[in-house]
Amino acid sequence: MMSDTSKMTLAQARDALRAGDVTSAELTESYLERIDAAGALNAFVHNTPDLARAQAAEADQRIQAGDAPDLCGIPLGIKDLFCTEGVPSQAGSRILEGFVPQYESTVTRNLREAGGVTLGKLNMDEFAMGSSNETSVYGDAVNPWKVDDRALTPGGSSGGSASAVAADLCIAATGTDTGGSIRQPAAFTGIVGIKPTYGRCSRWGIVAFASSLDQAGPMTKSVRDSAIMLGAMAGHDPRDSTSADIAVPDFEAMLTGDIRGKVIGIPQEYRMEGMPAEIAALWSRGTDMLREAGAEIREISLPHTQYALPAYYVIAPAEASSNLARYDGVRYGHRATLEAGEGIVEMYEKTRAEGFGAEVQRRVMVGTYVLSAGFYDAYYNRARKVRTLIKRDFDQAFEAGVDAILTPTTPSAAFGLGEMSDADPVQMYLNDVFTVTVNLAGLPGISVPAGLNAQGLPLGLQLIGRPWEEGDLLNTAYALESAAGFVEKPAQWW
Amino acid sequence: MSIDLETAARVAKLARIRVDDDALPELAAEFNNILGFIEQLGEVDVEGVEPMTSVTPMRLKRREDAVTDGHQQDKVLANAPDAREGFFAVPKVME
Repeated sequence: MMSDTSKMTLAQARDALRAGDVTSAELTESYLERIDAAGALNAFVHNTPDLARAQAAEADQRIQAGDAPDLCGIPLGIKDLFCTEGVPSQAGSRILEGFVPQYESTVTRNLREAGGVTLGKLNMDEFAMGSSNETSVYGDAVNPWKVDDRALTPGGSSGGSASAVAADLCIAATGTDTGGSIRQPAAFTGIVGIKPTYGRCSRWGIVAFASSLDQAGPMTKSVRDSAIMLGAMAGHDPRDSTSADIAVPDFEAMLTGDIRGKVIGIPQEYRMEGMPAEIAALWSRGTDMLREAGAEIREISLPHTQYALPAYYVIAPAEASSNLARYDGVRYGHRATLEAGEGIVEMYEKTRAEGFGAEVQRRVMVGTYVLSAGFYDAYYNRARKVRTLIKRDFDQAFEAGVDAILTPTTPSAAFGLGEMSDADPVQMYLNDVFTVTVNLAGLPGISVPAGLNAQGLPLGLQLIGRPWEEGDLLNTAYALESAAGFVEKPAQWW
Repeated sequence: MSIDLETAARVAKLARIRVDDDALPELAAEFNNILGFIEQLGEVDVEGVEPMTSVTPMRLKRREDAVTDGHQQDKVLANAPDAREGFFAVPKVME
């Protein structure tokens, strides 16, 4: 067995498994031990060691038989938003306490069929609504990065996934991204996360938040790992009517690192007032790296950028209010205890008041309001028109020859858990200011760790690509990753 | 547009979420804060712009109108808070 399997990337583990240097059973056992020792991070919330061991044994047989897809035998973590057959899936919510799906989401089924070993479910903001993992019924997930005595957020909503990958509790994890929920936590924890083009990964069996924005994607230790894992997750699924019937290319084979002649857009509207100097400096270093790698740098304009966040906070709550109407205490999940004389309406109202946390309640009600008679046109329809304009901005940039767009991933590094508790909700929403445009336009976006801030916390840069061209985007990200040479890991304190 | 307590109560009712009367002022204040933020959409010239219905230009798939699934009563009811005799049970709906 190799000396330190815990630090392996997915690509390294794949090669070691195939070479017979390590077995999936050994690898899986070592990760299960690391998970047991990492309770302080609160990343894994439903552990499935028996399932993982059975999958590992099966994977070892496949590897021995020479029938091993890339993911075969690789220990993975699964965000709690994915329905997994026979394994609790709560979306981080009290209202789904005790819910055990009778079916497997398409993405996790794809991963399992590729031989992936699933170690358990990962913490997240309730119904993926949050940017700090502080709205979870399981309590906060904690960032393995630490610079003083404060516990830091791993970001959200895929906070458990980010924490687990950064702390080497699994080799890679699934995430989902509605407004930045893969890319922001990836940036906060020094890992790679890609939100693919809307329609690339099936949404079937993933608990719905805002269906026109939700996409699943991988969270990994390297760009190569993301290329490998995205290939296994993606693909057409007749059970999701918005799943694209488009062939999935070999993303890993597209990683040449050659970006000579590529045009990289730098959108002026992302230079927001009050941008911290270290974020601006990181962005400018990233621009230099891509230029030195042979890309052409071009200033571009995405004029409707500032309206993306307000449009998102109409569209996402509107869709959420509709999607979350299903949690009524009838078919699954929590049901409130009724007093004598209380009827079905009281059952709905008490169930939802008890089952949903404050942020989810707030968004469901905001969504209800913007969809209600008299306000539908003023808010919801207007937001959808603004969304058209936001997408048009990107379309025009791509038509003018831009291959990818470089921006910071987040306006800051990870902040302390609890530090935003007195801030109004809108302050928390500002975390998504650079990522949310990508969901509104349905584009692929990737966060690549690019450096540390003055305190020693990781910062990420975001690359945004053309629809369906994740391969090209991953290649540009690969070039950026190589140039940035980010190798730092959090010191183990847990 | 300012949300008063009555509107806040009406929205909570529409959303089927019980909110105690003493929690309404804070809820109304939060609504006003968020709505104040999204109010800036009013600045955008959207004249002649179609509201987005699909982010990727694709025609929704068609399929044969045929039954392809079913006979899974046990699985459907497996997570019900109250299932009796093969049905979901709820409090009395009509007198």
